[in-house]
Amino acid sequence: MATREVAIGSSVGLHARPASIFVQAATATGLPVTIAKAGGNPVDARSILGVMALGAKNGEVVTLSAEGDGADAALDSLVALLERDLDAE
Amino acid sequence: MSGLHSTLSGIGVSAGVAVGPLVIVSPPATAPSGEAPVTDPAAASVLVRDTLQAVADGYLAKAANADAHAKPILEAGAMMAGDPGLAGAIDTQLQSGTKGITNAVSAAVDEYCAMFESLGGYMAERVTDLRDVRDRTVARLLGQPEPGVPTLTTPSVLAAVDLAPAETATLTVETCLGIITSAGGPTSHTAILAAQLGIPAIVQATGILDVPFGTNVALDGGVGEIIIDPSEAEQQALADRKARREKALAAGSGRGMTKDGHPVALLANIGTAADARKAAAQDVEGVGLFRSEFLFLDRDTAPTVEEQTATYTEVLEAFGDRKVVVRTLDAGADKPLAFADLGHEENPALGRRGIRLGAVRLDLLDDQLQALANAQQATGGDLWVMAPMIATRQEARWFAEKVRAVGLPKVGVMIEVPAAALRSFDVLSEVDFASLGTNDLGQYTMAADRMQGELSALLDIWQPALLDVIYYACDGGAKTGHPVGVCGESGGDPVMALVLAGLGVASLSMAPSKVRAVRTALALHTLAQCQQMAAAARASAGPKEAREVVLSMADPIMLDLM
Repeated sequence: MATREVAIGSSVGLHARPASIFVQAATATGLPVTIAKAGGNPVDARSILGVMALGAKNGEVVTLSAEGDGADAALDSLVALLERDLDAE
Repeated sequence: MSGLHSTLSGIGVSAGVAVGPLVIVSPPATAPSGEAPVTDPAAASVLVRDTLQAVADGYLAKAANADAHAKPILEAGAMMAGDPGLAGAIDTQLQSGTKGITNAVSAAVDEYCAMFESLGGYMAERVTDLRDVRDRTVARLLGQPEPGVPTLTTPSVLAAVDLAPAETATLTVETCLGIITSAGGPTSHTAILAAQLGIPAIVQATGILDVPFGTNVALDGGVGEIIIDPSEAEQQALADRKARREKALAAGSGRGMTKDGHPVALLANIGTAADARKAAAQDVEGVGLFRSEFLFLDRDTAPTVEEQTATYTEVLEAFGDRKVVVRTLDAGADKPLAFADLGHEENPALGRRGIRLGAVRLDLLDDQLQALANAQQATGGDLWVMAPMIATRQEARWFAEKVRAVGLPKVGVMIEVPAAALRSFDVLSEVDFASLGTNDLGQYTMAADRMQGELSALLDIWQPALLDVIYYACDGGAKTGHPVGVCGESGGDPVMALVLAGLGVASLSMAPSKVRAVRTALALHTLAQCQQMAAAARASAGPKEAREVVLSMADPIMLDLM
């Protein structure tokens, strides 16, 4: 299994528009990607409700995990996305 | 006459009369109790997923024709309906073998709602969207139409428990003759919108939802009376009343003043640049309240200085040399902003809202003041700027220094907190003017939540305690020589307007549709009469007595203005 850690770059945290952009990107990978906060249970990264309920704030570190072909490349692209301030764009 | 003939009563919130067939807004379908548990969870799962997809498609179809404001809301709805996590949670409920299909959907959604509510702020606001997904899904599974306001093809009277902002957005005066709700209060969204559009409306009309669909109903939005299946004579009486009202209203124009020439400026409450253009075309002396938060709500990021400057410039240009009072951002707590969420609060109305939020998010306040200063310089307009939720002299001074630092000429405060009313001499010593937000002032004086319809009696604008608090606020205004206006709903009530004038209020700001009745009321009475009415109202035992005594002292034509 591939895993990555990344700090949330969006100034408003991972909800509203940034959450929706992230979920769409996770869905587009075609892989079962999960996202978790430190010490928390992983949730389906393709679920907008799950991701919003996570309540990850700006600067908070989350762990992404995925399995399958291309998992490493998929996670790298999602990490790059989360590092950006999606809300300002 | 058929056996339907009867009368109902409620609280009139938008004057005028109407007669037409009743259309009842379908209440959302709820998962039936006693629904048989599913026996084939796999088949039920497929049906649920197909239904969720149909609901998502419905949102997307609406989004395709929606404006820039509604579009992201509808797209978010589609995303929630298509959420694999939600479908998975429903599967879990189905597999328990204890629930029917619609109850499984409800239980899964309710779990998410509870989770979001515990997170508070922006997330708690999304619960409304999530419940909408649930109601649409359950309705489809039950083979019923999706809930909401039906498209009105013939002019009708609309009845509902209450109307949400999204539901009222599509109403027009051409097809919606009147609005009657069984819940809601005089300061509810429905009441404010109806008054803005000039649609006669009544709230708190118990029993209206039991009247059969299509029944002819007559309503008088001034006195709050509803006649089910009215007779010819009753319809004629209403029409006569309407004619007398029109005649009384047509009499006056121009500046507001009492019979003996004491000026009371008549101003408009607005929320957008479009409102400003409409209001500017009418016979009003300016804007008494521009609710600037409409620029900020339902967005992911704050509007830029340039964007705000453009809007304020448009509003100032529309009003030329007439005065425009802008209230700085009044958000927080119950009106959360995605980009300025200060977290969950147990008592939002008593929390970090209004200027208390502005003091924490200085960037938002500074940008707004800069944009206002830019617009004022560009137009040379008569711009007055005031802050919401000021409680102390120190807050007033702090705000005044910020406003004057950007070169704006007139700074003021809203008086919504009883503390500011009782110490209005102190507060007004720091600023140039004040405006009474009587809705919140009532809520805080009576310790009664504006959103709690069951407490509407405590929120009556005729409560003598509220009149006392207004008296003290005006007293501080008189001693400092700084004007005190009113921009709450009470300013638009023609009878209350007389009392407010008598208490010393210098201006009344209201929905533009209410200006004519208030102007006529003032012109029928002298300042001395208004002062006597104010004293009599304050000396009353309760709100009902206060209003009755004032009406008994007023010119009989007043009865036709309501």
